[in-house]
Amino acid sequence: MTAAQLKATVLKLLGTIAPDVELDSVNPEVPFRDQFDFDSMDFLNFAIALHKAFKVDIPEADYPRLATLNGCVGYLQEGLAGRS
Amino acid sequence: MPSLGSDMEAGTLVEWLIKPGDIVKRGDIVAVVETQKGAIDVETFEAGVVEQILVPVGEKVPVGAVLALIRSEGEAAAAPPPAPVPVPERPQPQAPIVTPGRARISPAARKHAGELGVDLAGLTGTGPGGAVTLDDVERAAQSAKLKPPTAAERHAAMRQAIGAAMARSKREIPHYYLGTTIDMSRAMAWLQTENERRPITERLLHAVLLLKAVALAVRQVPELNGFWINGESRPSQDVHVGMGISLRGGGLVAPALHQADSRSLDELMAGLRDLVQRARTGSLRSSELSDATLTITHLGEQGVDTVYGIIYPPRVALVGFGRVLERPWSVNGKIESRPLLQATLAADHRASNGHRGGLFLTALDRLLQEPEKL
Repeated sequence: MTAAQLKATVLKLLGTIAPDVELDSVNPEVPFRDQFDFDSMDFLNFAIALHKAFKVDIPEADYPRLATLNGCVGYLQEGLAGRS
Repeated sequence: MPSLGSDMEAGTLVEWLIKPGDIVKRGDIVAVVETQKGAIDVETFEAGVVEQILVPVGEKVPVGAVLALIRSEGEAAAAPPPAPVPVPERPQPQAPIVTPGRARISPAARKHAGELGVDLAGLTGTGPGGAVTLDDVERAAQSAKLKPPTAAERHAAMRQAIGAAMARSKREIPHYYLGTTIDMSRAMAWLQTENERRPITERLLHAVLLLKAVALAVRQVPELNGFWINGESRPSQDVHVGMGISLRGGGLVAPALHQADSRSLDELMAGLRDLVQRARTGSLRSSELSDATLTITHLGEQGVDTVYGIIYPPRVALVGFGRVLERPWSVNGKIESRPLLQATLAADHRASNGHRGGLFLTALDRLLQEPEKL
């Protein structure tokens, strides 16, 4: 999966957790919680959605890496590459 | 029409999920009503056979209005058996005969339109010669009522509802406020170990530890758990903890997690996750919005250290939590960095004294020092 495809899928999952966020305007470098209302329950649900969609294990210690869109894409690329 | 909070005066029926002849049991969702807090599923507290629907879809009725009649088992049917509610049939609009010139409208229809606030300009008449009749005005008023409110209208209604409840609280409830700092190092360490061995789908948030600890602590100080109604304290046997949940777009609801004191952390986590999700998609149940016996507001997420809450009447206490933050803390004569949490209690002085409120916060602290027992 290319970075662009990963990004699109991550955004789509984000949209299911935070339905009122305008996905086009998400800044990929800025933490989600600094851009819109995104509390720890939203974050956990988001991490669970990533886990289910990409079949990757996400230990709690890795949570900080999922704070931004680019962070998620990088993290998933590593996780998916490590598996193949 | 159930009261879904002390700030609610009326609700609009938007959907019936039952019809006459249906068998319902206690807890079934029977209807959906639109309130200032969004669409709410209404449950029935009676079991039996639906005998009659009294409020048609689209009608706004005050709290306390009878929505439908349910005949419980063994109860004789009301005599004479009520005729089924006639569903107002939309008259087939005949091709209106357009008369050039001024729109024709009967004086009664014009008067009624004024009362209902219906704009005559947009009306198509079905009367003779295309005249606007009373029925046309009624129909226009109905369809205007059925139009879902815009986001701005909903927001304004929500602000008004919150404002009414909070003004009443500040006007009527003699609040007292207590606060304490809780060392969360044991709780957070326990949570971390626990979450490390759990799959992601079963991990816990520290909010769940706080929720359970509050539910257990309040059992020791029961006068904080319940209501103040008609000039007297009514403590509740059940502990239903209302969780303040902010809705994106500015709203605020406090649906209840039922029997929180006797549920496991896993059950509470699942319940909280479910509540947050349903609060945000607007599918909370009537009982959840009306029967919390105590409220928690948790503003730590927003970076707040301490929150001094306003009690949501008719409840008598509100527990506030700020964020868990590493700060210097004195342990055995040495300064250490510890994750600390500011817990506050806003309580109704008519129902309890500060001394008892203090006992509650002490119990809360003690419970959080033994997270494995929660």
